[in-house]
Amino acid sequence: MATIENVKNGSRRAQGTRNATILRAAAVGQSWIGLVSLALVWELFARSGLVTPFQLPTLTSVLQTIYASALSGELWQSVQLTLYRTMSGFLIASTLGIALGVLMARNRTIRWFFDPLISIMFPVPKIVFLPIVILWLGFGDATKIFMIVIDAFLPVLTATIAATSTVQRDLVWSAKSMGASRTELVREVLLPASTPQILTGLQVALPLSLIICIVTEMLTAGGGLGADMINASRFSNSRALFAGIVEVAVVGFVLIKLLAVARKHLLRWHPETAPPATV
Amino acid sequence: MRHAIIHYFPLLIVALLWEITPRLGIVSANILPPLSAVAVSWAQLLGEGELVSNGLASLIRAGAGLAFAILFGGTLGILMAWWRPLNAALGPLVQIFYPIPKSALIPVTAIWLGFGDASKILLVFMGCLLPIMLGAFNGARSTESALVWSARSMGASKFGVLRDVVAQSALPELLNGIRTALALSFVLLVAGELISASNGLGYLIGLYGSAGANDAMYAVIVSVAALGFLFDRLFQTFSQRVLAWQQ
Repeated sequence: MATIENVKNGSRRAQGTRNATILRAAAVGQSWIGLVSLALVWELFARSGLVTPFQLPTLTSVLQTIYASALSGELWQSVQLTLYRTMSGFLIASTLGIALGVLMARNRTIRWFFDPLISIMFPVPKIVFLPIVILWLGFGDATKIFMIVIDAFLPVLTATIAATSTVQRDLVWSAKSMGASRTELVREVLLPASTPQILTGLQVALPLSLIICIVTEMLTAGGGLGADMINASRFSNSRALFAGIVEVAVVGFVLIKLLAVARKHLLRWHPETAPPATV
Repeated sequence: MRHAIIHYFPLLIVALLWEITPRLGIVSANILPPLSAVAVSWAQLLGEGELVSNGLASLIRAGAGLAFAILFGGTLGILMAWWRPLNAALGPLVQIFYPIPKSALIPVTAIWLGFGDASKILLVFMGCLLPIMLGAFNGARSTESALVWSARSMGASKFGVLRDVVAQSALPELLNGIRTALALSFVLLVAGELISASNGLGYLIGLYGSAGANDAMYAVIVSVAALGFLFDRLFQTFSQRVLAWQQ
């Protein structure tokens, strides 16, 4: 009897995986169709004569510009700078956000102190502090990374607070009754149980980090994709500008996808990564 | 009352620190002017009318861009959920454009329309369009079919259903999308004005910053931060009012 159940479950799981693969293939196909039709519409519209090549250069000429800057090495230099700033800011923001979030969930005094500050800071457009940060840290990488941190840190923090304060009590109680120390409790129970929600916070923070990086690069120069784009716009080089947009879009897409893959890997144990229960 | 004092006491601590550290010379008063100095120069700017005229210029730009985005984004989102062919045509485009960092729009709108008012309104409009569209779409898509059927069976026209049932069910998510867009509109506008403008709050910040009038620069920055906070709170109160029938 048990074996029959196992066989049935096994075949159902195989069926589920196959359906999931088909669904995923369909989704991938759809987004490829979208991409190809966008490329076609762009090329045709740019050639139609309704817009000047200055307002919208053809896709092929933009791709040529990207190819040329990839050959000369300028592209990699800019991408490297932007990635370095974005990822440093994102990593610092994540570490600080998770650490402070856990502390706030565990300690009432810390929570009392930071609660009103966070609720005031959350809806404030943080980019407006850029001139102050420039005053303190100058025009270099430190300013850009600092701006990313103050912007990307809040979504991680609020996600961590929400996650750790809703961890099931019985999990905490049973760990305690089995003699877990405070650090063990945080490391073995609180953090794993709140990983899904914290990861959601990180998935908000990462694209935000890239946005802020691009904006600060536009405003403070010093290289990077944002600086390239604003220079292209100042010199009315619309090919280089649209090349920048395509490059930024690709970088953003890759970063978001990588984090989604990391989420799946980290949450192997979690029900959300199980193949969808299709019949 | 006592509860509120205890709750907001940390803000007082931060304000005191802001006042004391430059006064004691722990940090230079040039880099961090004491809070009282910033308050004095804020009052001056308000008295001279600088803050009001430039603030109005910024708010009109952001408001115009946001209003267009709500109008177009809301309508398109609801129609996309209502009419499949539109979804098939626009859905993939939304998927491609949504993750592109909105800040990439700043130089594009500048190259299309120059550095004046129109380019900033277009910037806010384009940046806010997708979050609002997506909110409206998700909200309208989750309309309960039973509601649509009963409205139809009671003789409502197709347009009547769209207006009275679908649009109403889309409201909570639409408002959520608008809240995201509201925050975005501030970020895009300030960044756009810092890069280049001839009036507006971002312009004022740049002007005082480059003149070395740091008290005034801080005063304008605090005003923008306060405006961002205020509008978010006002919008939240408004949303709760509008959605009161749901609870």
